[in-house]
Amino acid sequence: MANDPRSLRTALARIRFLGSAKSGTHHSWHMRVTSVALMPLSILFVWILVSLAGKDYNAVRATFADRFLPATVMILFILTSAYHMRLGMQTIIEDYVHDEPIKTWSIIANLLFSVLVGFAGLFAVLKLSLT
Amino acid sequence: MSEVEQRRPLSPHLQVYRPMLTMMMSIMHRITGAALYAGTLLLVYYLVAAANGPASFATASWLFGSIIGQIVLFGFTWALFNHLLGGIRHAIWDTGYAMDHPAREYLVQATAIGGIALAVIVWAFAYMMR
Repeated sequence: MANDPRSLRTALARIRFLGSAKSGTHHSWHMRVTSVALMPLSILFVWILVSLAGKDYNAVRATFADRFLPATVMILFILTSAYHMRLGMQTIIEDYVHDEPIKTWSIIANLLFSVLVGFAGLFAVLKLSLT
Repeated sequence: MSEVEQRRPLSPHLQVYRPMLTMMMSIMHRITGAALYAGTLLLVYYLVAAANGPASFATASWLFGSIIGQIVLFGFTWALFNHLLGGIRHAIWDTGYAMDHPAREYLVQATAIGGIALAVIVWAFAYMMR
């Protein structure tokens, strides 16, 4: 056993190939790092959307085309959110879906959906600000 | 032997516990997270519509400006603030602070009320600005 005090394996050797799961605490850690990043980003995101509320097309175009901050914040918010929500939804799937094939396909669908959301948002903001 | 196995204690689950605010808010954190997951489609639709041109932006504006659209967007705002404050709460708990009795209750009450309050304040502000 890994916790056997008589074991001669070093701590490094135990974690080196990350055991049978082949991954360590990355999921949990990335969840926390993205959540810290999203704290200021979501406040700025709400600020931008409040300033856009009820505005016409030209005003929205101008917001993203003329100024650096709204487009940058929006892109960072969308990409960080997409990664954060992919991690979160995967945890939900792993908690509640116990049928192995359905679980695997759900995790794949979750990844594809999150990537789609992230890149559709990214492309839309880039088009708004650069064209 | 099989009788013995059947009497093994089961790990207590949701229906065994008396509902408590900390527990309800933990569940709300997951529910609002899942709601925001779906809600990103609204944001992407809005941005793609704006990127597509004036005609599709007008449709999106009309949709979000309608009564149902406004209710959904208010719900999205509340879910965002609830989840944001919930994330801060869990970050505080992760460090080991505010886990004992009165502190954790105050913290969870503050985030529950704070989420609603921030959503109302933001919407009041948005209506005053326009």
